Amino acid sequence: MASTLLDRVWDAHTVRTLPSGQTQLLIGLHLIHEVTSPQAFQALHELKLPVRMPARTFATLDHIIPTAAQQRPFADEVAEEMAVHLARNSQQSGVSFFGLDSGRQGIVHVIGPELGLTQPGMTIACGDSHTATHGAVGAIAFGIGTSQVRDVLATQCLAMAKPKLRQVRVDGALSKGVYAKDVILAIIRNLGVNGGVGYAYEYAGAVVDRMTMEERLTLCNMSIEGGARSGYVNPDQTTFDYLRGRQYAPQGEAFDRAVTWWKSMASDANASYDDVKRLDGAAIPPMVTWGINPGQSVGVGERIPAPESAPEPERATYREALAHMGFEAGQPIAGAKVDVVFIGSCTNSRVSDLRVAAAVAKGNRVAKGVRAMVVPGSQQVAKAAEAEGLHEVFREAGFEWRNAGCSMCLGMNDDKLRGREMSASTSNRNFIGRQGSPTGRTLLMSPAMAAAAALHGEVTDVREMMR
Amino acid sequence: MSVSVRRQVAGRGIPIPGNDIDTDRIIPARFLKTVTNEGLGLHAFEDARKHDAEHPFNQKVYEGASVLVAGMNFGCGSSREHAPESLKQWGIKAIVGGSFAEIFFGNCTMLGIPCLSISQDDVLWLQRAVGRDPKQPVNVDVERREVRFGDRVIPARIPDGARNQLVSGAWNATGVLLDAGDAIEATAGRLPYVKGF
Repeated sequence: MASTLLDRVWDAHTVRTLPSGQTQLLIGLHLIHEVTSPQAFQALHELKLPVRMPARTFATLDHIIPTAAQQRPFADEVAEEMAVHLARNSQQSGVSFFGLDSGRQGIVHVIGPELGLTQPGMTIACGDSHTATHGAVGAIAFGIGTSQVRDVLATQCLAMAKPKLRQVRVDGALSKGVYAKDVILAIIRNLGVNGGVGYAYEYAGAVVDRMTMEERLTLCNMSIEGGARSGYVNPDQTTFDYLRGRQYAPQGEAFDRAVTWWKSMASDANASYDDVKRLDGAAIPPMVTWGINPGQSVGVGERIPAPESAPEPERATYREALAHMGFEAGQPIAGAKVDVVFIGSCTNSRVSDLRVAAAVAKGNRVAKGVRAMVVPGSQQVAKAAEAEGLHEVFREAGFEWRNAGCSMCLGMNDDKLRGREMSASTSNRNFIGRQGSPTGRTLLMSPAMAAAAALHGEVTDVREMMR
Repeated sequence: MSVSVRRQVAGRGIPIPGNDIDTDRIIPARFLKTVTNEGLGLHAFEDARKHDAEHPFNQKVYEGASVLVAGMNFGCGSSREHAPESLKQWGIKAIVGGSFAEIFFGNCTMLGIPCLSISQDDVLWLQRAVGRDPKQPVNVDVERREVRFGDRVIPARIPDGARNQLVSGAWNATGVLLDAGDAIEATAGRLPYVKGF
C-alpha cells in the first residue's frame, strides 16, 4: 500500500502503543537550548534519572545571548546564569554543547541542518515551536514543552498522537522578488493561523521542488504559525546535495547507503492524504503582515482590509489589530513608516537570506532615523557571509552587523523595540509585545522587502527596485 | 476523587474574550529569563493587565477563579510551558475554549490542566454567563466530555489520548515511557542512522 513519509517515519520510531492509546515515539535527535531546558534538567535531577541517550542530544545558546558585546560574564546576570546552567547541564550529562567559543554556536534551527545533524527520516524534537524547520530535509520535527523535554532527556521518547496529514501544493513558478517567506505567509493567510491544528503539513508542488534547501527551511519554519506542529518536504537530490560533506552527515560510502534509505522514506507518488490544498505560485506577491497574528497579511500592493470584510468571529481580532498597529482599514500597506529593521531569526538568517538583502542594500543608504540590524543565524553563517564581504555591504549601507543569536525576534535579550516603534522584520511572529516592547509593532516580510523598507524608511515593493 | 486524577474539575469561571490569544500575551518572553518556575504566576497576562485595567485578571470578581473560558486558537505561538505554568500558579485548574493550539494543549495536559473544546456559540454563551454570575461554579467533566454551568450541559471535546491520561492520572508521562524498558534501545537499534549506515 502507498505510504507517506509521515507514515514511514512514524512506524520506524514507534516503540509501542501506550495505555492512553497514544504512541510511544522514539526521538532520533533532541536539540536543547537555555530557555526551555533548565527546569527539565532540574526535574531529571529530582527523579534521579540520567540523560538516556546523551549522544542523540545537542545543545546550543541562542535566545538570551547579546548579539553586540559577547564578553563573559554577560552584563545581564540572568542571561549569564542561564548560559552557565546549560553548559553545566550539558557537560555533566555528556551532551555535546556548541557554546560561544565553539565556532558552531547559533540559532538551534540554523545549526541543526548546517551541521548535518538534521537528516531525512528522523524524528526531531526541541523545546521550541519552530522545530518544524528541520522538516525541510524530510524529517518529522516538532516543538515540545519543558515537561516533554524532561521526558525526552529521561526516556528518548514522547507520548504522541499521530497527526493527520495535509499536502499543501504550490504549483507554477514564483515571480521575481517573491521568496519562500512570501509563500509561507500566503499559505497561512489562505489556510488560517489555526487551519493546521491536528495536521502535519507536507509541502509539495513545482515551486517547492525547485526551492533550495535554505528556502525549504524558511517554508517549514513557519508551519506552527499556520497551526501545524510539523511540516516537511520529501527528501530529493536537493536534500542530498545539501547534506553531503556536512560534519555530522554520513561520510564516504556510508553517505551513499544513507541516500538509499532516505529515498525509501519519501512519500509514494500515489499516496493518499487526509486533505490536499493548492496554491498558484505565480499569484503570490511579496507579502507583508498588517496585524497582530501572522495570518493577517496582504500583498504589498494591497490595502489593509476592513473588519467587516472578515468572517464574524474574526472581526474583533481585526479591530484589535488595527488599534494596536495604528492603521486605518483601507490604507495601503505600502508607505507604512518603519523605525526599525531586523534581518535575522530562525526564519530568515541563513547566508542566502543575507545575500538577497545585501543585493538590495548594496550601494544604497539606510533611511535617516531608521535603526537597521542584520543578525546572522549562526557563527558559521557569519563566517560565510564575511568571506563574501556581505558584512561590508551592510555596514556601508548603514546596517549594524551583529553576532549570531535569536536577537530581536522575541525580546529575551538586549535587542528590543522601544515604545511604539514599528519594525520591518524577517522573523516569524507579529504578536503584541513579541519584539520586547508591550506597545511595539511588527510587520513581517521577506529579507528583500525588509532591506527595501530600511532604505526607504517605509514599506516598499522591492520589485520596483529590481526593474 | 483522588488528587492525582482529573475526572472532573469544578470552580469559578473567568472569561478571556477574543481569539488567537498567543503565549507571548499569556506570559511575555522577558519573564522566561529564569532557570526555575518560581513566581511565574505573578506575570500571567502581565502586559495585557497593565494595558487594560478592565482585564479579567485585574477584576476582583474573578479572584479565586479556576476555570478559564477562552475563544478560538487559545495558546498559539511559542512552545513555552511557562505559559500554562503561569496560569496554573495563578490558580487555573482547567480551560474551556473554542479551540487550542496544539503545543499549548499538550503542555497543559502534561501539567494536569484539562483543556476542553466547545462550540463558538457555547463559548460566547458561557463567557457571558460567567460574567453575569461569577460565583456560580463551572463544572468541567473530563470523563463525560461535558461542561456544566447551572442547569446547562454543554457537550465538549477532548482527544481520547489526553482524556485517558487525565482521568487515569497518567499525564506525567515519564514513568509510563520508562516502563517500555529495553524496547526503547531496541527501537533505536533498528534505525539505520542510529546503528550507522
